[in-house]
Amino acid sequence: MKCTYACNSAEHTMARRQFLGGVLGGAVGVVGGLGALAQPSFAEQLKKEQKRVLVFNMAGGLSQLESWDPKPGTDTGGPFRAIPTSVPGTHISELLPKTAEQMHHLAVIRSINTRQGDHGKGSYEMFHGRRQTPGMVYPNIGAVMAKALGSDKRSLPGHVVVSNSTGGRGNNAAYLGPQFASISVGSGQPPNNSARPDGLEEKADLLRNDFRRQVNDQFTARRRTAKTDIYTQNYEQAISLMNQRDVFDISKEPQAVQDRYGDSEFGKHCLMARRLLENGVTFVQVSHSNYDTHNENFNFHLEQLGEVDAPFSTIVADLHERGLLESTLIVMLSEFGRTPNINKYYGRDHWGNAWSVCLGGAGIQPGAVIGKTNDNGTAVADREVDHGHLFHTYLRAVGLDNKGSFNVGGKPIPMADPAYDCIEELII
Amino acid sequence: MTFFDETSEAVKTEPTQVYISQQWKYEPSPLINCGFDPSGNYVFGTARDFALVRFSLADGAQKVYKGHESWSRGMAFTHDGQHIITGGCDDKIIWWNVNDEAEAPAPVRTVEAHKGWVRALAISPDGTLLASGGNDNMVRIWNVSDGALVREMSGHVKDVYSVFFHPSGEFLMSGDLAGQVKQWETATGNEVRNFDSKDLHTYNGGQKVDYGGVRSITMSPDNNMIAFSGLYKATNPLGAVNEPLITLFDWEKGEKVKSLVMDNVKGILWRAEFHREGYILGASGGSGGGVLGFWKPEEEKAFHQLKMPDTAVEMDLHPDGVQVATVHYDRHLRISRLEKKPEEPAKEG
Repeated sequence: MKCTYACNSAEHTMARRQFLGGVLGGAVGVVGGLGALAQPSFAEQLKKEQKRVLVFNMAGGLSQLESWDPKPGTDTGGPFRAIPTSVPGTHISELLPKTAEQMHHLAVIRSINTRQGDHGKGSYEMFHGRRQTPGMVYPNIGAVMAKALGSDKRSLPGHVVVSNSTGGRGNNAAYLGPQFASISVGSGQPPNNSARPDGLEEKADLLRNDFRRQVNDQFTARRRTAKTDIYTQNYEQAISLMNQRDVFDISKEPQAVQDRYGDSEFGKHCLMARRLLENGVTFVQVSHSNYDTHNENFNFHLEQLGEVDAPFSTIVADLHERGLLESTLIVMLSEFGRTPNINKYYGRDHWGNAWSVCLGGAGIQPGAVIGKTNDNGTAVADREVDHGHLFHTYLRAVGLDNKGSFNVGGKPIPMADPAYDCIEELII
Repeated sequence: MTFFDETSEAVKTEPTQVYISQQWKYEPSPLINCGFDPSGNYVFGTARDFALVRFSLADGAQKVYKGHESWSRGMAFTHDGQHIITGGCDDKIIWWNVNDEAEAPAPVRTVEAHKGWVRALAISPDGTLLASGGNDNMVRIWNVSDGALVREMSGHVKDVYSVFFHPSGEFLMSGDLAGQVKQWETATGNEVRNFDSKDLHTYNGGQKVDYGGVRSITMSPDNNMIAFSGLYKATNPLGAVNEPLITLFDWEKGEKVKSLVMDNVKGILWRAEFHREGYILGASGGSGGGVLGFWKPEEEKAFHQLKMPDTAVEMDLHPDGVQVATVHYDRHLRISRLEKKPEEPAKEG
């Protein structure tokens, strides 16, 4: 078995200089009015009206039996017990005790059958809501949300992946354009190369940019194209990002807050995610690795979910306390679940036939449990759903028309696979 | 764990002639741990259906004990042979009657022992104390007679995987996931020193997992060497790509003197035990299947290996020094004998 999907894999790791280059080369923003985002009244309004999405990618395949759908005391249940949650009658694994206290803000879908046991395909389907089709490339959920929720009208990039990489731009926006592709940030520090060079004084920098704008205006007055607009907007967004680089610096948080998120990499990433969301970033993805536990599934879930439980429950509580949860969709997903059967190495293998996703926040019925599996979790027993249903549900949860389309060169392309629909009973 | 029978005339073993003499299947579930009771009449196994199963060595008859709410890994016996004590992933330590003939044997005593799994148990040489190690990184000592907590020791920074009393009773050893083995003074709980057996631990930065650990601890008959078992060469922890390993330390100096390995075997050395004749035997299980291995402390490679029908997950040595119990994923408990297999009588006709 070769594990190439950990979040430190090559696709997530790019050279330092690529980050700012990515910002300059991709984002579409609005030139005017950037300073308004710093005004408190505007920020409050933003909080109420802007919808955001926070996705946790549990890379490798989180076990549903060790998280959202425990089956203790059965032949597939393993050693962990189920514990009650803040939602009467709903139990989750004892590996998530702090999350259990936040379940009244969250919901669980226990009846996912994607029929997919391949890492790459499973990840594609969960992030795109479609099966991979030869000759057709679709944008992933981050790009779709960034575009559909109007992130190009805001000062910070709309699609951010928080990882342990040093920066870089993903190739995941397809026909929506590179300005909606993901930008990777991590390590709890501002992005590399986002500070004004030491040798360049502020006044000189302002003059330099004024001069660039003047020349640019002269050029675009006669030869304006979509490409020149992107060029201009990217520069302005980069300047805006540089002016807000503290947003990425979690050391600006009070020590007590940092302590609540903990010292782990995942804890720091969660804290950065919260800062990004509350400062207007539309879509944030945080990954945690690795759950591909063909061997010693229980020891490894003990370790991995031990890292996840406190930071995850803290960000849910924090978003709620700050009034942001009702406008922020949270999704914790994987490419698939893990086999109910426990193999001879105390492991669980790939399993797409009966597994779970946790979600909550914007538009989602708090405390809901959708669907169920049979007694030992080997099959969906009620309300079977696929990745396509999930994708439609995410769109509806943030107030979008899940049957709507993007206009791509005059041709409408559905935002979500039209073969599926939303899980209506999960939507408020 | 083994109680050698000091009263009987010791039989000289022939480990290179080892063979599987008996096997019994526990139909409901794969097995997890095993241990011979001091009388040598029974061998107990724990199973994934939370059961403790007593197998009669005479005929393989099974008696099922239920009480844990999870799997149990820790196992120890009181010296009087009356009780077996199990430690579970339900955080509990339970005392049971070895000779319970009730239809549904009930626990004699239950103690909430750790916040997290109880991974290992050991009885002190004088039989009065029980040591436990768990996922709360704690080591605790209990009174065998009443289950009262005597003292607890902190200092491990990872899950405690194994506990072992020095034959003098003066010291308690505990090994953890990080390959660290602490020597505690039994009477005070003070940490005496630390054996760094880091070869038994891997942190895989790509997969972001800790893996390995001190799965068992054993001491040479002359008390000059202490050995720790587990795994190394963990190139893919999530995929069970690793090899069994014993690290052998000089007791006085506290220094590692040798690594003992198996030939072309992928797996975890779940348990290793010094035989009273001075060699070490151990059971490996993993992607390379089940293998019994035998080492001379002075030689790196095993001098004999027995491939078993299925992956092994635990092992114990009978008080007679001849019989070895192993438990397996295929739900079997197997008895191997460290002697030449008797010739079958020639068939008539």
